Parts: sequence; C-alpha cells; structure tokens
Amino acid sequence: MAYYQNIFTQVQVRPRVPEHGIPISADARVGKPFNSYLFGLIGNGQVGPIYGGYLGALSLACGLIAFEIIGLNMWASVNWDPVQFVRQLPWLALEPPLPKHGLKVLPPLNEGGWWLIAGFFLTVSILLWWLRLYRRARALGLGTHVPWAFASAIWLYLVLGFIRPLMMGSWSEAVPFGIFPHLDWTAAFSLRYGNLFYNPFHMLSIVFLYGSTLLFAMHGGTILACSRYGAEREIDQIVDRGTATERAALFWRWTMGFNATMESVHRWAWWFAVLTTLTGGIGILLTGTVVDNWYLWAVKHGVAPAYPEVFGPIQDPLKLPLKATGATP
Amino acid sequence: MKTIGVIVSGVVALFLTIAQFGTAGWTRPPMVNQQHGFRGTGMDIIQTRAGAAEIKAANLAPTPADPVEAGTDKAGAVYENVKVLQDLPVEEFNRLMVSMTEWVSPQQGCTYCHNTENMADDSLYQKRVARRMLQMTQHINTAWKEKHVGEAGVTCYTCHRGNRVPAQIWFDAPSPTRGFIARNNGQNLATPSTGLASLPYTYLQDFLAKPEADQGAIRVNATTALPGSPGKPIQSAERTFALMIHMSESLGVNCTYCHNTRAVAEWSQSTPQRTLAWHGIRMVRDLNADYLTPLTGVFPANRLGPKGDAPKLNCATCHNGQSKPMGGAHVVEPYPELAVAPATTSGPQGVPVPAAQ
Repeated sequence: MAYYQNIFTQVQVRPRVPEHGIPISADARVGKPFNSYLFGLIGNGQVGPIYGGYLGALSLACGLIAFEIIGLNMWASVNWDPVQFVRQLPWLALEPPLPKHGLKVLPPLNEGGWWLIAGFFLTVSILLWWLRLYRRARALGLGTHVPWAFASAIWLYLVLGFIRPLMMGSWSEAVPFGIFPHLDWTAAFSLRYGNLFYNPFHMLSIVFLYGSTLLFAMHGGTILACSRYGAEREIDQIVDRGTATERAALFWRWTMGFNATMESVHRWAWWFAVLTTLTGGIGILLTGTVVDNWYLWAVKHGVAPAYPEVFGPIQDPLKLPLKATGATP
Repeated sequence: MKTIGVIVSGVVALFLTIAQFGTAGWTRPPMVNQQHGFRGTGMDIIQTRAGAAEIKAANLAPTPADPVEAGTDKAGAVYENVKVLQDLPVEEFNRLMVSMTEWVSPQQGCTYCHNTENMADDSLYQKRVARRMLQMTQHINTAWKEKHVGEAGVTCYTCHRGNRVPAQIWFDAPSPTRGFIARNNGQNLATPSTGLASLPYTYLQDFLAKPEADQGAIRVNATTALPGSPGKPIQSAERTFALMIHMSESLGVNCTYCHNTRAVAEWSQSTPQRTLAWHGIRMVRDLNADYLTPLTGVFPANRLGPKGDAPKLNCATCHNGQSKPMGGAHVVEPYPELAVAPATTSGPQGVPVPAAQ
C-alpha cells in the first residue's frame, strides 16, 4: 500500500470493485463506474456513478437552453456565416437591452429580449444546481459548507445581472454574455465609475482573492510536504494530532512565529474564498447606486493622495471662456 | 497509455510553444522609456528601441522642392481656371504642382488629376477633389495652427505619403443587412482600430464625423462623488473607450501620454497633450463635416464606402503611429502658400459651401 503522494510521485488507487460509497435512502445514481488514467492525474481515477435526479436534469436542460440562445444569437450577429462565427467567436456576444427599454420585461427579441430569456434560463439553471448541491450534501449527512460557498458566487452573479440593474432602473446596466465583450464591459464599468480601484469593497475582494491563492499555496504545500508522515489524514488530526501535524505546526512557528491548526486553516480558506465574491458583490452593488465616481469619493474621504502638478495648470477647455476654446474656429 | 499520454502532451506543448514564437507579436528589450508625469504615478512612455527606430524611419518628412525665383506673373492671370492659388507667382505655383505630384501620385504623374491636352479641364474628379484638399490644407494651417498643428503644419504628404488615397481613412461601418439580425449594439466584432477589442465599431461616425452639438458627448464620468442626476449608461463609456483606444493606437502612445489613469477625467492631473488632443478631435470633426463629406457627390462610386459615404479622416490619417506626424518636422515652412487662409470658400464643384464657423 503506497502512502507517499505529492505533485511528482502520484499514486492512483484502483479498487478491483468500484467504490459505491455508503448506502443512502434516496439513491438515483446513474452510469457504470470505470477507472480513467487521465482523471486519475487530476483526482480520483474512478469516474461515476453520478447522481441523476430531476434537479440536476432540469438544471442541465435550462443551462443548455441558455447556452443555445447565446450561441445562436452570436451566430446570427455574423449573418449565420460559419467561418466568421468561429473566427470571431471570442468577440461575439449577446448584449443586454438598450438603455431606452429600461426595465421592460420583454423588449423586442433582437433588442435585448433574447438576453433576458437567456439570463432567466441561466439563472434558473444555477439556482437549481445550488439546490441539488444542498440536497445532496444533506442526504449524505454532510454540513452545507459547499452550497453556501457556491451561494456567495451566485450572489455576485445576481448583483451583476439582476439586482444592480433593478436598482439602476435599466437592464442595459447588466453584463453582456460574451468572452471579450464581458471583459471590455468590465473595463468600461471601471472607467464609467471613476476607477473601481478606489472602491473599498473592490479592495477587500482583491485582498480575499489574492489571499485565497496564498492560503491555498501555503496549506496545499504544507500537507503535501508532510504527507510522508500521514498528513493526508488532516481532518483526523484536528483532534488527534500526529507527527505530521506537529511538524507542520512547528514549521510555521519556526518561519513566521505562528501557526494555523488543522481545523482553523480550513476555516481561513473557506472564508477567504467566500468573502471574495461576497465583498465583490457589495462593491458592484454600491457602484452607480450609492457612489457615482469612486475617485472623487476617495478624494472626499482622504483615500486618494494629491500629487504636485508637473506641467503647470491644465484646464478643462470647456471651462475656459467660450471664445478662447476655439472649439470650432 | 501513460507513455502515450506523456508523448502526446509533450508534442502538443512543443507545438504550442513554437506557435507562440511566431504569432504572439513579441517585443523585446532594450526599451526606451520616458517619464511623463510625477514620479510614482506610472506615467511613462514605453517603446522598444527597435520599435522607436522603425516608426521614425517609416515617418520621414520628404525633402522639400528646391526654392524658385518668383516672378511677377500670377498663376490666376497666366493659367485658366485657377480657383485656389490665383495670387501665387507662376513659378511657385508650378513648384507646388510638382511637389503635389510627388506627394500624391508619384507613379501616375500629372495625368492623375489633369487632362494634359487641356490642363484647365475639370473633367477628372481627382482635380476637383485636389482643389478642395488644397483649401483644406490651408484651413488646417491657419484656423487650426494655434490649437493643434502648430509650426509643423501639414502638407498633402502628411496624409497621403505618396499614395493616391491616404492609407488611414475610414467609412461608416456597414450594418448586417440580411436574414434575422441579432442586434450587436454596434460592437462585438474584432476591430483593428480599437486595438482588436470588442468595443463599439461605430465610434468614428458617432464622434468624428461632424461637430457635436454636445461638447461633453465623450465625457462619461460623474463630476460628483455621489449620484445626482441620472448618469450615462455603460454603453457610452464603451464608445468613449473605443475612441480613446483609437487615439492611442493612432499616436503610438499609451493612456498616460495624456491622462493620469487613476482619474482619467481629471483635467488638472492631465498632461498638456490632452488639450492638444481635445482640439484635435474638434479639428477632425470640422474637416470631415466641411471638407470630406461634401465631396461625396464628386467621388466616383468605387471611392465611396459600403454605405455610400465619402472617405473620412481620423487621428491616424496624419499621425500614422507617431505622437507628432513625421517626427514633428516643420513640413509647411518650405511651402508658405499652404499656410495662408483659403482665399475662396467655393466648394468642390464651384458651388459655394458655408464658410467654416
């Protein structure tokens, strides 16, 4: 029985009979389990059986409808040209309704109606998947940490596409469905609202995002490094510390004078991940509704420093007397 | 299985690496960087040394024609049908005509615009366009001297660069015209002039085709920290962003050439170049509305855009990748006749056009 596992010397466990886990009352698992070397490279070698059930099926169906609406609209926007569809795919998008339609429930289909329909099905799909996660966790007698972490991401999604547009009074404030278009939208959003970097909730979100990667690296590294001493049984060692835990704790006390415990490090990681999208959602929700220009807000509250003028006073040409602007000589 | 997997992924990784070297448009040091704002604000102009040399070499000003001894005969008296440069001495007039040939139609020569049987003949559209373009050049060098072009001025070469049609022109973007049309909001196509972003491709006709009634049309930021009146939608910010990327690409500079990007809207933190650019936008609108668009009926159909509009100019037409066209050379100095206000305001076909206001 091999125990020593790390990034470079992997062990793939392949039971002679596929594992079916514990018997539970409502069991609707489908598919014949099999072992896969490729899956074994990134996780457990055994694939399936997967839990079927109507929530998952409905969620997939709704997701597929949204995917089709978005894809067909993208294709239509290049006149159904298959070559252009492939070439331009990263640029194509399904845009939200025009500003003139406000919060109209169903504007003309090609002026945002399709966007609302796709958004509805995508949202239903995501919410059903959340319910599926919750119910499966409960059915297995687990805590509901994973569904609630997912809910935090759903919160940011809903703020961007639903709650904030509602508060702004226009669906046009929402994000387009598209690869580059949603990135350009993000840049334009920051430019429109006077630089999102001055938004304190954006700052927090970045802290938690980057903090998550730091914690993940520290924790994953620690466990892998101690795996030769049985650190993979980290949860047992919350209460029954073995030599792996002792060594890991000592390592961090040596190097930074303080250490997390086998329990607390998981709470740290969970909260950092959850707070990334939670604070991010708050930051987006405040933008345009409560604060219209984050740079000016930061000046008002002493966050943004002032720098000396290097070029002498530069004045807004529109603020100069009309004759001097020479706007149209 | 395992061995095959390793070999396949190794080969894929190798080909991806090779493909990257050829396709990713790498730049490499040495760099030439220039600080362009207060220290610590990240306001720098960043170029590679090779790129800077290349762009400089591609934008050399042409050698001016040798000066001539001007006589007393005026072109308007000696030649028939001279409408723009009547008061120019004949010798200077001929010198300018030779230079114009070199600037615009070095291959075709005089016959590109003139019927050589009768030089006064206006039958070629090129001649009627050239006449209006001469007036435009004079207009730029006088009305826009202080606000934008300065002592450098412009000649035909500033835009034409030895081409009959300047390389950097634009037309109104065509809209999809058949079948079920999903609205793409005038954006979401790979557009080279916006740095291949998916930003609106209609921004040139929105912002640069004619003088804007709303002088603040490009501005999207709120001027107060907290919301007062309803602000502009994000779609407006995307159009402005597209125009700014166009200016950046046209001038070969980054945002910090004009802006302190922590607060792009703030004039007090901007550089003097932003004021020049602000006037440049007005200049382009003025020229497109008063000089290029009225020529729509003069151009043959093959010179018009997909929507039947005249070719128009933007920042790139003159700048061609440089912050100062042709490195800031004073190209108009050897041709003082191009730096006087247009003597006549008659339009391309002898039809009077309204004087530029």
